[in-house]
Order: sequence, then C-alpha cells, then structure tokens
Amino acid sequence: MSALNIKKGSTSHSAYDLRSGSSEVEESHTLAVIVENEPGVLARVIGLFSGRGYNIDSLTVAEVDHTGHRSRITVVTRGTPAVIDQIEAQLRRMVPVHEVHDLTMDGPSVQRELALLKVAGTGAARVEALQLAEIFRAKVVDSTLESFVFEMTGTPDKIDAFADLMRPLGLLEIARTGVAGLKRGL
Amino acid sequence: MSKQMTGARMVIQALKDQGVEVVFGYPGGAVLPIYDEIFQQNDIRHVLVRHEQGAVHMAEGYARSTGKPGVALVTSGPGATNAVTGLTDALMDSIPIVVITGQVPTFMIGTDGFQEADTVGITRPCTKMNWLVKDTAKLADTIHQAFHVATHGRPGPVLIDIPKDVQFATADYVPAESARISHYQPRTDGDAAQIARLVELMESAERPILYTGGGVVNSGLRASQLLRELVAETNFPITSTLMGLGSYPASGKNWVGMLGMHGLYEANLAMHGCDVMINIGARFDDRITGRIKDFSPHSKKAHIDIDPSSINKVIRVDVPIVGDVTKVLEEVLRQWRARGSKTEKGGLATWWKQINEWRAVKCLSYKPSTTTIKPQYALERLEALTKGMDRYITTEVGQHQMWAAQYLGFEDPNRWMTSGGLGTMGYGLPASIGVQIAHPDALVINVAGEASWLMNMQEMGTAMQFRAPVKQFILNNERLGMVRQWQELLHGERYSSSWSESLPDFVKLAEAFGCKGIRIDDPKHLDDAIMEMLAYDGPVIFDCRVEKHENCFPMIPSGKPHNEMLLSADADAFKSGAVLV
Repeated sequence: MSALNIKKGSTSHSAYDLRSGSSEVEESHTLAVIVENEPGVLARVIGLFSGRGYNIDSLTVAEVDHTGHRSRITVVTRGTPAVIDQIEAQLRRMVPVHEVHDLTMDGPSVQRELALLKVAGTGAARVEALQLAEIFRAKVVDSTLESFVFEMTGTPDKIDAFADLMRPLGLLEIARTGVAGLKRGL
Repeated sequence: MSKQMTGARMVIQALKDQGVEVVFGYPGGAVLPIYDEIFQQNDIRHVLVRHEQGAVHMAEGYARSTGKPGVALVTSGPGATNAVTGLTDALMDSIPIVVITGQVPTFMIGTDGFQEADTVGITRPCTKMNWLVKDTAKLADTIHQAFHVATHGRPGPVLIDIPKDVQFATADYVPAESARISHYQPRTDGDAAQIARLVELMESAERPILYTGGGVVNSGLRASQLLRELVAETNFPITSTLMGLGSYPASGKNWVGMLGMHGLYEANLAMHGCDVMINIGARFDDRITGRIKDFSPHSKKAHIDIDPSSINKVIRVDVPIVGDVTKVLEEVLRQWRARGSKTEKGGLATWWKQINEWRAVKCLSYKPSTTTIKPQYALERLEALTKGMDRYITTEVGQHQMWAAQYLGFEDPNRWMTSGGLGTMGYGLPASIGVQIAHPDALVINVAGEASWLMNMQEMGTAMQFRAPVKQFILNNERLGMVRQWQELLHGERYSSSWSESLPDFVKLAEAFGCKGIRIDDPKHLDDAIMEMLAYDGPVIFDCRVEKHENCFPMIPSGKPHNEMLLSADADAFKSGAVLV
C-alpha cells in the first residue's frame, strides 16, 4: 500500500471541553429525568437502559406535577464518563423526556432513600435493635412483642450500614424505595 | 367550530390534513372501520400490499424518494408484528414513516384476544415514538403529533395503535394547527461559536476531507445545494457513506467515491490520512470506522448532526455541532464568506496530488470475461444505458448492493434507496414499488440478488395490480453472495448453507405474475437485454445470470483500520486470520 506521508506531531488535541475518553473508571451518577406522564414512558426509558446495555442501580418514579402531567424518574447508574454522557444524550433525545439533570455533576445535591426494616427478636437483641435504631434516627412504625418495623430515611450508604447492624439482631425483611434526589441551593 | 366524527373518519381526515396522498396497507379485522372510510373517499389512494413488511418498506421507499413521510396501515397482531422489520429498518436509517395499526377493542386488551399483540410494547424499541390511543377524543391530536415527531429532529418511524372501539366511537376532531406539538422542538441551529471553530479548521486544513451521510439527504434538497457550494468554494475532496450517495454528484470533480468496508481505496485512504475531517450528517458507523483505535488517527474532527447522541457516541470529536445540516451549512458558508476565508492552497494541492495517486490504483478494476457476465460489468452496462434518465435505484442487501453503490453514479439526492443500517434483505422490491408509486413516470430499478429478492417477491402482485412498472434487475449467482464471500475468505471455504439449490425459473415466475421475464447469461447480448427491459411498459423480472464466485472488493475486514484495506489482488491476505464481525 502506498505511504501516507503524515506529518508527525499533527495529532488531534481537543480544545473543546470534553472529558477524557480514555478513562475506563466507572462512576456512579444520579440522574433526574423529568418526563411526560403518559403510558409507556417509563418502559421506554427503562428499555433504553436494557437495550443499550447500561446499568440501573436504583430507580424511583412518581408523578410530581399532577396538572402538568410530569413525572420525575430518579435513576442511579454506573459507567465510564463517556458512557454517562451517552446515557444523558440518549435520554435527552427521547420524545417524552423534558429535562435531564445529572445530580452528580451539577454541584452538591441531597439524595435520600426510604427503607422499612422488619426485625424479629426478644430479650437483649430486641433492646439493642431499638437502641441502634435511635442512633440511626429510625422510627418504629409497627411493633409486636417479637418484632419491630423500623422506618428510616437516609443515603443508601446509611441504610446499608443500618441493615448490616440489624442482620445479626434478627432482620427478616427490608423494603427500599430507591434514591430520590434534588440539587442543593437554587 | 369543532367537528364530530368517528375515530375511523378522524384517521382519514388527519391523514388528509397532513397532506398524505397514498397509504400502503393490508386490511384485517381490527382496522375494518378505517378501511370502510377509505372506501368512501377518493383523496387518499390505498395500495394493497401482499405482506405487511412490504407495506412498511414501500412507505420507506416513498419517503426516501420524496422527502415526505410515508404511511402504512396494518391490522392488529400479525399485521403489527410483520411491520417490525420495516420499523427497525426505518429507525436505523432515519426514515420518516407513520405506521397505523389496528388493535383489539380496549375492553379486550390484556385478555389474549384473537389477533391481539402488545403492539406498543413490541415496537417501542424500534420506533422513535409510539402511542396506544384509548380515547377517540385524543386520536386526531395524536396522529398530528405523530407526523410532527416523525419529520422533526432526526427523522424516524412512529406508530399509532388504535383499538377497534376507538375507531367506532365519536368525538371532536382536533385540526392539525391545534395539535400539541410544542413539547418536541429539537434544536436545528448550530452553535455559531462552534461553527466559527470549524471555519478556522477549514482555513488551516492541509489534508481535509468532507465525510457526508444520510443526514444531508434527510435535511432536504437545500442541504445538497449548500454542500455543493461548500465544495466549490473550498475545493475539498468529498466522500459519502452508503446512505448519503447523491448529495454530491458522482460526476463532480471533487468526488472521491463512497467510503467504508467496501468503499473506494482513495476515499478510505483519504479518511485515514486527513488532518481535518468534517462529518456532515453521518454517524461513524462501524462499517465506516473499522478499528476505532486506528480510525483516522491524525485528524481533527468536526461532526454536524441533528441528534446530540450521535456526537461522541463512537468517535470523540473536536468540534461538535448539533443542528440541521441545512442550517449549519448556511451558517458555515455565511461565516466563511464574511471572513473572506481562504483555504491552505499549497497543502491542498499536495493532498489532491496524493489523492489522485490513490485514484490511479483504479480499485474498482475487475477481470473482464467474454463468456460469463461479471456482476460489475452488468452494473456498468446498466449505468451506461440509463445515464441521464429520470432514474431511481433501490437495492436489496449483499454483494449486489455494494457493487451498485460502487458502479452506479448518483447525481442527486433521494435517487438511491438502500437498507444501510439494518441491512434488510427483502427491502428493495417493495421499496421500488413505493418509489414508483411516488414517481409514476420515472424509471425505477431494484438492483437485487436472487436470494434477497425472493424474501418479498410476493410484492410483484402489488406491482402488477397498481401498474408500477418496476424493473427487478436480479444479479443471479445462485448464491448468498456476501455470505459465500466471507466463507471463502474467512471460514476455510466451507460453504455452509450459502447456495440455493432450488431456485424458481424467474422468467416463468414473471409470466405467472403476468409481467415480463428476461433471462440473460451471455455478456454479448447483455445490452440488448437491458434495452428490452427498459423499453417494456410494465414490471420486468430481469434474471441476469452472473459469475457465481465473484468477490466484492475493495474490502476492509471489519476490525481493521482503513489503511489495511484489501484490493482484489490481495485476497490471500485474508488467510492470515483477520476476523470479521
């Protein structure tokens, strides 16, 4: 084949504000997606993730504007920066998607999850569970002589930590809502 | 003053208001009310197809040759599932089509009713947007929205699923101008500052290349005019993807031919060696880029695309411009002229010298034969004998498709309809009918392979019934040619299921459909046979018996960079174990 005679040192160097494509480190991002609340929209958003092989670590959805029929989907996903960019671009171009916010990139944010934990036990274990619940500011929302249901809100890490502590004390079941998040400040 | 009407009548009214002239469809239980309305009017023509896949490909052919959205109408269940391939094809190639499906009545949805399928569920990943309309009052509004969505932003297929009771019920008709479309208004103006950076790149470029794609065609005729102006003012070389052929004329002096896996040597080497690449409405498809790591390693890249998700999806670019090709090129030319921009003439002259050396390789040469018809020769003769005619070409998928792209020249956009992204065998025959319905007096030729052609051959019945004089130019090698080529070059010549043992007699088949059949296997009489095909006033099945073992070159084995492309003489290089995907 013929020689190309390409000048050395003429390689492209981006002057544009792009995050390096070479980074292979996966990051966790929390995205808030404001969508038209009509049938099939959630399936379309979820289908994007499954169809293109993206991860979903957590997902919450509810209508947040009843008159405007807007729902807010909060999705926690993982990927390299390039993949996260692509996920956001793919979400933005969807017809029923109004806004996409990357809470991880748009400055500080508040992220909370609600969990219900059923812990069974008697005697010392039961007392210890109650004390730990107080430390974690979990509320007792149901109790029998052999069990509690605790309600707590917090970051997913905090809920994980509490659940780990409850496990040897008789944790039976746990229900979690997934993360909801808002940007801090205005 | 709003008008009350049934849902079925609303469908017809909304289609009329959207300027629809023809619908490709097939009736069935769940769309009978709509067919009843079709019967009682004369504004919209209905073309009865022979299979729903055909209806969608016809709508695609109609859309791609006119720039207007194509419309297909099919029934529930199997009607809808048969439309899935066409929808996916249109999604991959960004073709604006509107598919209307019937559905079982709302009260039966979810009961596994007769001919019930979860149509919106099945078609969600293969439509740009779809709707199940459960309320007649929302039907007209939804249809207007559907046309808006199909044709704005990056075009694509949309689907509206209408239960039978919604077709029977009555409600107020919402006219097009009152429809709710404000929520979907994609950006079309490119960012002026980014365009300024592109203009600066163009001024300093020593080895530029314009890499154009289907986005130029989709953007409309004005985009092609602007592209030609840009080429004329800069003298930059220009290549195109399979999808973009015709945006710049093949006879233009700056044309370096199609690029990609079976693209021209000069086009691919120019892509590899350029210092500035300007992607206009293409998407760095894997058939274009080859090995990503080694794709055009020394260039700064600009990318103009209306779809923000196309930018940086595969190849990271230096100048991203989100916008409609027409609007962006207008701004590029405005800035270029306002700045009194000049190209880097010295560098450009050297670059052209290099490109001309690559051209001199004559990568499309093949070994001629006096005894058998070489497929390349057949296409060269077809090109020569139809040049200057009002001609539209569709293709099926495979070797013949690549040869057609290599050996036929396209002077204008919307003249070349092929299944690029999805690679749908069976596309070309129905697409040719859709094109012919839109352009009744034009010459419409489907360049086909016999295997692809058989996949939707029932549509010859449609061609006959609706007097669409489509010419089916079948390069018959009795093989699945592209599969056979890969097996020869990469699978140890083990031809697993890649030949057809029991082909029909195409001439008799033509007679059975009531059209004309021509068989030719002697290169000496090929011209006469082609002339006979062109002279016949009606559909023709042209059975061109070609060399059975011809391979399609040049070829970049996938996963290889552009500068490792193979010309026919290099066939031995395959044996070294390149892996195709």
